[in-house]
Amino acid sequence: MKSTPPAKGSKRGIKPDAATLARMLYYLTLTRESELRLEQVLYRQGKIVGGVYVGRGQEAIGVGAALAMRPGDVTLPCHRDFSVFVIRGFSLADIFANWLARGDTPTRGRDNTLHIGDLNLGVIPIISPLGATLPVACGVGLVLKQRGKGNVVLTHFGEGTTSLGDVHEAMNLAAVMKLPVIFICNNNQFAYSTPTEKQYAVKSLALRGPAYGMPGERVDGCDVLAVYDAVGRAAARARAGKGPSLLECLTLRMAGHSAHDAAEYVPEKLKLAWAKKDPIQRLEKFLLARKIMTKQQIEELHKRVHQEIDAAVAQAEARPLPRGEEAVEGVYCGPDCWWERREVRPQK
Amino acid sequence: MALLTYVEAIRQGIWEEMERDPSVFLLGEDIGVYGGAFKVTAGMLERFGEDRVIDTPISESAIVGAAIGAALMGMRPVVEMQFMDFIACGFDQIVNMAAKLHYRWGPAVPIVIRGPSGAGVHGGPYHSQSNEMWFVHTPGLKVVAPATAYDAKGLVKAAIRDDNPVIFFEHKFLYRRIKEEVPEQDYVVPIGKAAVRREGTDIAVITYGAMVWTALDAARELEKEGLSLEVVDLRSLLPYDEETVLASVRKCSKVILLHEDTRTGGMAGELAALIAEKAFEDLDGPIIRVTAPDTPVPFSPPLEEYFLPNAQKLAAAARKLAAY
Repeated sequence: MKSTPPAKGSKRGIKPDAATLARMLYYLTLTRESELRLEQVLYRQGKIVGGVYVGRGQEAIGVGAALAMRPGDVTLPCHRDFSVFVIRGFSLADIFANWLARGDTPTRGRDNTLHIGDLNLGVIPIISPLGATLPVACGVGLVLKQRGKGNVVLTHFGEGTTSLGDVHEAMNLAAVMKLPVIFICNNNQFAYSTPTEKQYAVKSLALRGPAYGMPGERVDGCDVLAVYDAVGRAAARARAGKGPSLLECLTLRMAGHSAHDAAEYVPEKLKLAWAKKDPIQRLEKFLLARKIMTKQQIEELHKRVHQEIDAAVAQAEARPLPRGEEAVEGVYCGPDCWWERREVRPQK
Repeated sequence: MALLTYVEAIRQGIWEEMERDPSVFLLGEDIGVYGGAFKVTAGMLERFGEDRVIDTPISESAIVGAAIGAALMGMRPVVEMQFMDFIACGFDQIVNMAAKLHYRWGPAVPIVIRGPSGAGVHGGPYHSQSNEMWFVHTPGLKVVAPATAYDAKGLVKAAIRDDNPVIFFEHKFLYRRIKEEVPEQDYVVPIGKAAVRREGTDIAVITYGAMVWTALDAARELEKEGLSLEVVDLRSLLPYDEETVLASVRKCSKVILLHEDTRTGGMAGELAALIAEKAFEDLDGPIIRVTAPDTPVPFSPPLEEYFLPNAQKLAAAARKLAAY
């Protein structure tokens, strides 16, 4: 699997500084360990209400993309982009509380998994009919373009999602109107049980970029530096008024579609091959080789991350469930807005 | 005051809101250079520029989705569906995205989706539908259907100023057929309030859209026979004005629910249940529905005529109910 060369007119090789590299490792680790806690502890303990979806093995996409954002940029992450929510400023406790169906969460118990959003953090969540966020991203891009401050909007989706009509309408619209949208496709090779051969006939999804009138690039989705660079270059093009880009980030879904899915349809050989590309191991190796971090520092990071997760889970579990009567509140927005009437939530 | 047609009144309402609030902008097919298939947006591109009057590709889903995204960023987009029949192409965005965002995480989605609906123009199955109930059945949306030029202007303004997604059903049959003195200054007709178009005592006819005029025609005829119809124009379907509906029913003790929409799952069924629940004691006869039958809207004139309710069918139903 080869990455395609960067689009014409793009500066090559956006390299993060040491501080950013350290942040990358922190977020990758935090994401991996948080999702393991969700899937393999809390879910097995019966504490999670509903399904659990994780992005194991694909963490580099969310981390690389979100860290390439600037103030005023907006992102529409999907359910396998846990890291984006943390990087944008959601507290770990809020995220865990939402999984635990508590009332004091960004959704107040109204929606599950990572369907959480906050316009102050520049995060707009998915709805379960995936792909519907891509046109929404176009609308965001339209406003950002008109405001003229060079901001961009990122929208994340999987390769399965690209079969939906909305994806094509959105890509066409973004290209026609030259909107500053970065279409980030996480091609993890399986949409539930459907492998890519049954999903699309085109040789590479990146080819759909030029088909709609925008650059399309294939990226090693397990390399956080490659993602950071590709998103940064796409963002630079968009900020300069050159319109949208499509990035096809290649990964393998290292867990089931959801926690209940053993994913026996994924060949063992494939899993073993992609385990070798693990984004966290790769970054750790890189940081150690260049002496940007020491082994001890990495161990301490792991310790810190576990403490953070412990604290967040405890805080989330302490929050109460919503009261049933709340179900009929806040359907409509009005001067006496239920969402605004709620008292301040407990500390993060 | 100016004598305006129903479509001119809509245009004036949108124009005034565009002048008043720079966050209002328009998206749709052929609305800019062409001024809209029914000329609702004629002249607006020249006045407001291409940033605010956007000619889009043929992508109802993307257009609605983009409107939602723009609304989340603080704008107040007005989307035109060239014919409301095509709203089905953007259905997911409306019912799963727009309708549910506020409930799920709190933002306002102040979009308006407007366009011509209804039959009587030999438009066939895809240019004649009354699709309001798809959206009346979706909590989180508001649904509005004006029947007069005055209301068309006042309600489109109310819809644009509303912080919720509003589906605005214009009736194409009324576009150029009705004219009214419409105030040239700013006024708003509140969403959620019905209007009594004609006072009566014997039978309350609850209806909306073009059928309001059908009911008034029938009422004039029946008056000669000594039968007095009260005609209530719902104006809003979601939320709808329970109070006015029930007051008319209690006053007349008999009710006919009239709509051009097909029978099963139509607004008449919803109102019949409401009336049975809350005004049972006040009824002197069964709740009667006069609606189109459960078919797609046919094209050929004799078929469409058979399909549509009209003053004669309503009058026949009224005479029968009066005799009960």
